[in-house]
Amino acid sequence: MATLPPTLHDADTGRRNLRVGLIAFMGAVFMLGLGYASVPLYRLFCQVTGFGGTTMVASQSQAARAATLATGQTISIRFDATTAGDMPWTFRPSQSTDTVTIGQRDIATYVAKNESSRPITGMATFNVTPVQAGQYFNKIQCFCFTEQTLQPGQEVTMPVLYYVDPAMLDDPNMRGVEQITLSYTFHRAADPVNPAPARTN
Amino acid sequence: MATTAEGFDAHGTGHDDHAHDHADHKPGFFARWFMSTNHKDIGTMYLIFAIIAGIVGGAISGIMRVELAEPGIQYLGWWAQLMGGADDINTALHMWNVFITAHGLIMVFFMVMPAMIGGFGNWFVPLMIGAPDMAFPRMNNVSFWLTVAGFFSLLFSLFVPGGSGPGAGTGWTVYAPLSTSGSVGPAVDFAIFSLHLAGAGSILGATNFITTIFNMRAPGMTLHKMPLFVWSVLVTAFLLLLALPVLAAAITMLLTDRNFGTTFFDPAGGGDPVLYQHLFWFFGHPEVYIMILPGFGMISQIVATFSRKPVFGYLGMAYAMVAIGVVGFIVWAHHMYTVGLDVNTKMYFTAATMVIAVPTGVKIFSWIATMWGGSLSFKSPMVWALGFIFLFTVGGVTGVVLANGGIDDNLHDTYYVVAHFHYVLSMGAVFSLFAGFYYWFPKMSGRMHSELLSHLHFWTFFIGVNVIFFPQHFLGMQGMPRRYPDYPEAFTFWHQVSTYGYYIMAGSMIFFFVNIGYALFAGRKAGANPWGEGATTLEWTLPSPPPYHQFETLPVITDEHDYHDHRPATA
Repeated sequence: MATLPPTLHDADTGRRNLRVGLIAFMGAVFMLGLGYASVPLYRLFCQVTGFGGTTMVASQSQAARAATLATGQTISIRFDATTAGDMPWTFRPSQSTDTVTIGQRDIATYVAKNESSRPITGMATFNVTPVQAGQYFNKIQCFCFTEQTLQPGQEVTMPVLYYVDPAMLDDPNMRGVEQITLSYTFHRAADPVNPAPARTN
Repeated sequence: MATTAEGFDAHGTGHDDHAHDHADHKPGFFARWFMSTNHKDIGTMYLIFAIIAGIVGGAISGIMRVELAEPGIQYLGWWAQLMGGADDINTALHMWNVFITAHGLIMVFFMVMPAMIGGFGNWFVPLMIGAPDMAFPRMNNVSFWLTVAGFFSLLFSLFVPGGSGPGAGTGWTVYAPLSTSGSVGPAVDFAIFSLHLAGAGSILGATNFITTIFNMRAPGMTLHKMPLFVWSVLVTAFLLLLALPVLAAAITMLLTDRNFGTTFFDPAGGGDPVLYQHLFWFFGHPEVYIMILPGFGMISQIVATFSRKPVFGYLGMAYAMVAIGVVGFIVWAHHMYTVGLDVNTKMYFTAATMVIAVPTGVKIFSWIATMWGGSLSFKSPMVWALGFIFLFTVGGVTGVVLANGGIDDNLHDTYYVVAHFHYVLSMGAVFSLFAGFYYWFPKMSGRMHSELLSHLHFWTFFIGVNVIFFPQHFLGMQGMPRRYPDYPEAFTFWHQVSTYGYYIMAGSMIFFFVNIGYALFAGRKAGANPWGEGATTLEWTLPSPPPYHQFETLPVITDEHDYHDHRPATA
């Protein structure tokens, strides 16, 4: 490598050192950027792959196409509802389980009531278990797509329109899965006066 | 031994007294130690700093072992009140979380890393490649003081509120939401800031090492002739450079989540706490190799020296470290098997993790092959190196067990995991540190330590740590979870044994400190090469301790100085 013997006060060595040092430092800065870039990338990755039980969002036409592939096999869906610790709502599914035909769309309802004396805006997060079912659980409409505001004492029934993708029948990882649990957690939205734009995941 | 390196005029060793005076001219005390730009002085400061941090971190583990000696909460309330907390059970339990957090962070960031990289790396990388100093001496100084500042920030966090008591009680992983909405008060902010400071210091240090190793090698010292310790520091520097910024990003997001209303890791705002775990372990897994790779390098030097043979399979050894470094970046999720990964992801991470056993096995077997047929002498560095090889292998085997996604469902966050990572760190990394310390202490200080005390230290430490950690495998397999100060009666026996082991280990450290004192005040003067013909690297061509400035005339390494098929010339 080193053809000329560098000496202690060699200006050329100093320049080469600065160059390598800066390249190395740029590497560190790049990784710092990658750390931040991972936030949107991770969200995208979960939405695309259904990773970690992230459910899919489907359009009406996709739902119609899936319905044509329905084979008549059924699967049980269990509905689960939770509220975050600081959320003064009661929140429960209207039905604890339901049996649906795989591929056919179905509607489930949840009931939420604001038990406090102030209007409160909530945002629901969701996932399904087992986690490998996430990519086959498609929601066409869901109260979880937007923030919900409830007046004091107000009780609402909220629908979720969904279907289970028949492609799950071909996935070996879904073999033996007889029930999918759909779970929602209502969080208090950070700023009820100025609600955040609706999310689509 | 008759390497060609001996042919060059090790600076001022005899015939040029005037130059020797110049080389050994040292600045005054304050300028020398507080504004130091000398790689050997900075290395010494790093080592002293690491020893002090090690005493603090080791004392904290003692508090924990004493508490765990019997079921129930014995001493935590007392400690909580001593630290200014309230007299209730929640504060006492919070104190426990603070102890495990402080122990982990101190040992990882302020003991092992400063000793391995800052201490031995600074001291011996320039000496081994024939460089006069590091590429950026003043940045080297900045690295050191950033690390010290980080340590003080962490210590300061112990005295400010952090939730249900003083101090940051988050574990060294600082997982959200415990570290965000779960810890009110500035303690966690100070702990995070401490990681920022130490991380910045390490990134600067890594830049410095990469530049030094690429640009400052003596003529003829090609990459494939570098001593394996230099290789190990080079790979470690790359891991630091690529892993630490990701931690910096993750903990900065924690800070803004805590203080500025962002929701990177808060589901209420669309964030995901599991993302933090991914980011943390994308840093955290390379971090465990950062802690052990320089140890691999030291062990290679030591085993070769005391076998009087060049290391077996030099290129395989060097590229095994590169392979470990590369694969170390793609196995992180094996720390998170229980977050809800699907079966394919688990299979990938299981397989990728097990692949690491291959280059690691290459290293273990190459060390054994180096000793095979060698002329072994069981001097103090060698016994520590042998202890390292044995204990690191034990820790590696339990690591292969834990790599299985299926088995990990059962063993996750149990004492089995605690036992595993203490076998590879508290025995692997620490044994290599002691091996390196005894190997290079005569070079650094110019004084010989006592072989008797070193051997006593080794045997008592060896017995002590095994008595501490081997029973923890049993506890873990029986279901004792980690990070708890209390447990059912059934776990009492092995917890008690483990605590007795701590006393043995703590007692063994007396030999260590007495030995340092003995060597400094009454030790024999060390010659340039006290270890004989097996010690072939450039640092042994310099007097002990080396002159303040070395290699102003650069050594020239010729082709015979070669690790592939080098045979000791008959001197």
